[in-house]
Amino acid sequence: MAEPTAPAAGRTGTRTRTVRQPSLLRWPLRIAVVVYLALLVVWPVGIVASKTFERGLSPVLEALGQPEVIFAFELTLANAVWAVVINTVFGVGISLLLVRYEFPRRRALSALVDLPLSVSPVVVGLALLLVYSGRTGWFGPTLERLGVQVIYAQPGMIMATAFVSLPLVIREVVPVLHEIGTDQEQAATSLGASAWQTFGRITLPAIRWALVYGVVLSLARSLGEYGAVKVVSGGVALRTQTATLLVEERYSQFGADNTTAAYAAAFVLALLAVVALVVVSVLRPSDHDR
Amino acid sequence: MSIRLAGVNKSFGDFAALTDIDLDLPSGQLTALLGPSGGGKSTLLRIIAGLEVGDTGTVEIEGVDATRLPARKRNVGFVFQHYAAFRHMSVADNVGFGLKIRKRPKAEVKARTAEMLDLVHLSPFAERLPAQLSGGQRQRMALARALAIEPTVLLLDEPFGALDAKVRKELRDWLRRLHDEVHVTTVFVTHDQEEALEVADRIVVINDGRVEQEGTPDELYDAPASEFVMGFLGPVTALQGHLVRPHDLEVESHAFPGAVEGRVARLARVGFEVRVELAVPGEPAPVLVTLTRAEAAHKQLAEGVAAWVRPVPGAGRVAVGASSAASAGPDPSTGSGVPLVAPGA
Repeated sequence: MAEPTAPAAGRTGTRTRTVRQPSLLRWPLRIAVVVYLALLVVWPVGIVASKTFERGLSPVLEALGQPEVIFAFELTLANAVWAVVINTVFGVGISLLLVRYEFPRRRALSALVDLPLSVSPVVVGLALLLVYSGRTGWFGPTLERLGVQVIYAQPGMIMATAFVSLPLVIREVVPVLHEIGTDQEQAATSLGASAWQTFGRITLPAIRWALVYGVVLSLARSLGEYGAVKVVSGGVALRTQTATLLVEERYSQFGADNTTAAYAAAFVLALLAVVALVVVSVLRPSDHDR
Repeated sequence: MSIRLAGVNKSFGDFAALTDIDLDLPSGQLTALLGPSGGGKSTLLRIIAGLEVGDTGTVEIEGVDATRLPARKRNVGFVFQHYAAFRHMSVADNVGFGLKIRKRPKAEVKARTAEMLDLVHLSPFAERLPAQLSGGQRQRMALARALAIEPTVLLLDEPFGALDAKVRKELRDWLRRLHDEVHVTTVFVTHDQEEALEVADRIVVINDGRVEQEGTPDELYDAPASEFVMGFLGPVTALQGHLVRPHDLEVESHAFPGAVEGRVARLARVGFEVRVELAVPGEPAPVLVTLTRAEAAHKQLAEGVAAWVRPVPGAGRVAVGASSAASAGPDPSTGSGVPLVAPGA
């Protein structure tokens, strides 16, 4: 892995070099961007961090040690991992379908894949509720009779999370599939490889960095999902309350301990997002080396 | 007969890429499919390989009906114009790919890979990635990869098309020598008539999805079946209703039997040859004659002098307008219909 990364870093370096603006314009532009980002992102997130540790480290550790908080993070992680696994498998499948096959309404399908990005997560949650709700949904009562509870249980939360993060893997993989073309796959076929062998030995290695990048992005998105999950989960502590729901619930309650718990959980979520960003930025150069 | 195609048709939507192709390509020979871009020759090659399926017709490889055989079971070596190197694998892994897929013992894969790399002179580069090779080296690697599986037939789709002129010429010579060593039935697609004439044992000229003519390079050059073939294989000029090669014309500054009179309109020296344009009464366009410099000097030809011209005995000729049905022929939009077709343009 190390070998292909080295030349790629150099290549990206030269590619991102842009035309230099006259310095008269450069400084005001730079200051404007920094101020904008500071007001919008750095300051609020910084306040979360400072509020978290307002009373020192021990209340934070205590808050994070509460069974409800531990449970919420475990549930969040489980949901996110399931959603990412599902989206990786189907994301690669849909990407291959969109790029490698011609069929009627292909463009419509391609547009449909982007729907989760544009539609509000609350609407997603509501839609799932209408279909799978145990009492009123049109499919839910049947499933409930078979012993499967979707709404107000983990399956519904995983579905909501998967729905929302579906496009992230696909939008990373599709351009790479376009770029590598079909030559390598056809060469493998002519050398005797079956469809699965071609996929495993040629296609998958070629898209691997885009796939990892997409997976990290969907993981970050899934960990932070709030709206869709709120609608379908019910948000009962120790049963269906994820980390984001816990932050919201604790923050609206009275008492310094509750506030600290809310801040601590929020801080952990923000930290996870930063870690994801770092991972992505480390992967980015190798993403261009295919 | 090694590769036999019968009644092959293929269309993409409204576009007929191939029309009624019947072809026998002999065993052990190096055959060129020659024709202009978009003429259907690559599609034909891909149908032989199984990468494309004909709408109708049958494909037979070494006596086995391969029409319904998937590409991976045809045991065909295929070389792509843009190398199709497996970018994440070392050169050695690229070459050994087909053998690993066939689950051959490790020692055999290793030995065969080394043998192939030696054959294409890439042994020192075995552990490199394809990105670290030049275009010519990559194409040799692709060739070694295709040959490693001991294919029944080797198919090359414009194999040198993406290379620069010098490397292309080197690889062309090298392919010829390789074929003399390995003797695998080989078919390659090219739009470069010089490449085909130089390398191939047999040439199949394909235009507009039809076979215009097939034969040895000499047969095609000396006895072209149509205006199209004649024009595609080399320079031509028109004299007395026939197309002739400019070097097959005899010119003198005095009258001689069978010659028609004209006047030297232009005389240009291009490298080792002299090109003479004669204005001949009754000919709609100047007649082009090529001579060596010594001949031109000896015959005392100069612009404005009278000259007599006739085809040398036994010169290859095609009557203007006697093209086969499918032939596009020279561009009719020039009005006078005199084709001065540039070779391989």
